[in-house]
Amino acid sequence: MMLSLEGVTKTYRVGAFGTATLTAVDDVSLDLVPGEVVSLIGESGSGKTTLGRTVLGLLTPTRGRITLDGAPARPGKAYYRHVQGVFQDPFSCYNPVFKADRVIKMIKDEYFPGVAASEWEGRIEKSLKDVGLDPGQVLGRYPHQLSGGQLQRLLIARALLLDLRYLVADEITSMLDASTRIDVLNLLADLKSRGLGVLFVTHDLSLGNYISERAVVLYRGQVVESGPTAAVFGNPLHPYTIKLLSSVPRLTARWDGGDPAVPAVEVSAGPSTLVEEEPGHLVRRSGTTLTRSVS
Amino acid sequence: MTLRVDDLRVHYRTLRGEVKALDGVSFGVGDGEILGLAGESGCGKTTLGKSLIRMDGRMRLAGGTVSLDGAELPIGDDRRMNPFRFKRVSLIPQYSMSAMNPTRRIGRMITELLASRGESVDTAELERRLDLVELPRDILGRYPIELSGGMKQRMVMVISTLLDPSLLIADEITSALDVSTQKAVARTLVEFRDRGFVRSMIFITHDISLTYQIADTIMVMYAGRLAEKAPASVIVSEPRHPYTRMLISSLPEVGVRHAERRLSGIPGRPPALLDPPQGCRFRDRCPLAFDRCAEDPPPIEVAPGHHVACWKA
Ligand SMILES: Nc1ncnc2c1ncn2[C@@H]1O[C@H](COP(=O)(O)OP(=O)(O)OP(=O)(O)O)[C@@H](O)[C@H]1O
Ligand code: SF4
Ligand SMILES: [Mg+2]
Repeated sequence: MMLSLEGVTKTYRVGAFGTATLTAVDDVSLDLVPGEVVSLIGESGSGKTTLGRTVLGLLTPTRGRITLDGAPARPGKAYYRHVQGVFQDPFSCYNPVFKADRVIKMIKDEYFPGVAASEWEGRIEKSLKDVGLDPGQVLGRYPHQLSGGQLQRLLIARALLLDLRYLVADEITSMLDASTRIDVLNLLADLKSRGLGVLFVTHDLSLGNYISERAVVLYRGQVVESGPTAAVFGNPLHPYTIKLLSSVPRLTARWDGGDPAVPAVEVSAGPSTLVEEEPGHLVRRSGTTLTRSVS
Repeated sequence: MTLRVDDLRVHYRTLRGEVKALDGVSFGVGDGEILGLAGESGCGKTTLGKSLIRMDGRMRLAGGTVSLDGAELPIGDDRRMNPFRFKRVSLIPQYSMSAMNPTRRIGRMITELLASRGESVDTAELERRLDLVELPRDILGRYPIELSGGMKQRMVMVISTLLDPSLLIADEITSALDVSTQKAVARTLVEFRDRGFVRSMIFITHDISLTYQIADTIMVMYAGRLAEKAPASVIVSEPRHPYTRMLISSLPEVGVRHAERRLSGIPGRPPALLDPPQGCRFRDRCPLAFDRCAEDPPPIEVAPGHHVACWKA
């Protein structure tokens, strides 16, 4: 079962009378396959969240299409059985007056009304254990009584109750401390090895590098570089990717005195295309120029 | 030594009792030093920063002393602190970007701020500093809302150091910024120190990789106490406190192939500070804990400038 994005574009009308348009996502194509994490990397305003929400059917693309197993994705029960999202602020996904068990019961009411209560309990127990939570410890609690990491895992557990194939994870660790963040990342890695496909949306390059097989770098709504994570991070070719990577603080090296000679990011409005520079490694080049040698 | 803090205790008054947010913290910041203050959410970083400039109504100084440039800093006395604020100690608060008054043009805001301290604007100097941080001079005629995140942050930095304070406290000022802007802002802080706009600095962040880039010394706090303090490179490459070690080894990095190597986090959570447990606060998460840890480990100097509060260090 493959989740495909073909030429997905999302524009918004802006300005006083909706006279101008803003292209938040510009002609993005990408495939998600089972058992693979794709990180969608971009800074604020790059369109990564818009794209994630489009995949979840929360926004309708202006152009292009999203298909699951060849069939057009339509938001609705059939689609959400297989494709779910988890977001940055786990507290906002919860009604604070509902305890965790109630939040989970809503899944049963909606998707599995016919399942017997005893069997349902078994399923809950299993999915909580799959995300490393102790059912007795979390079920009777209100959201504010859980830590950020516990809540994030609870939301993933809830998604797992469905016949989940793909998870869109949008900045899910950015509210967590370093000491708990890695557990949530490792949980995604476990689920991946059991066949889940994950679209991991993040602004944090080190997390993308840790978790994903493939990386897609977005800049102003466009894919500027994509490919195997090792290629994108180890041999970045687009000036924007190079600039991002040189800005990431590392424990292995201090920023040196001067900035490396980073080529200016081209902001050419003209036509540009994605060029395959190495097998599977695509880089955006403006129409007229450049086939830079791979160093 | 610019700043000396001894056995500082600051509590929050709540209906359920006093939250012991700072429970006996001692350290110094040398002249020209940038001290990076790191630790998990809730360990007391913001409380420490605020204590050195303005306690809010729910905070109470429960003990300890602070000196600035060799003289007492009367942190427990709101009125006596007034002559120090902004002139001698300046704070860029967490979420300061949204804290700028939106209804005032920036130039006017600066004039009013300085007037309230009995000072007037040295326009030439202000413009020189705007040039330095690459902000256009006409920014003074704009409203805060017209600025991007990075511009706002640089503007706040210029404003809060206009009177060349001895100490600047910067609380998570880069956390909401994109990486490239974050780098520019962090480097500007170093430049401010190098040019003497501030003598010394406390740079608060939960991001150790970032603080390592600009700090001379890093202090790691845990649950209202000091866990470890050492030169930045020592904290990163030879940490001695189990908490620091586990924290450092839980950080994914670019430039590292993680495929074969899983990192691990720290199980559990820090203790509640309403009624903190006796002994080492890290005890119930610490793999090295032993009987002795039921007693408080005092910070000891294991090497020059390297302080660790752990019985095993
Ligand atoms: N107004 C308050 N009333 C009661 N407790 C408070 C209050 N403000 C903070 N605390 C508590 O004091 C402790 C220290 O909080 P502080 O904000 O200093 O942490 P921090 O290290 O700055 O965290 P973060 O990284 O999340 O900014 C925490 O346990 C917190 O819950
Ligand atoms: S004092 Fe004991 S419990 Fe605390 S960090 Fe050291 S070994 Fe661990
Ligand atoms: Mg804080």
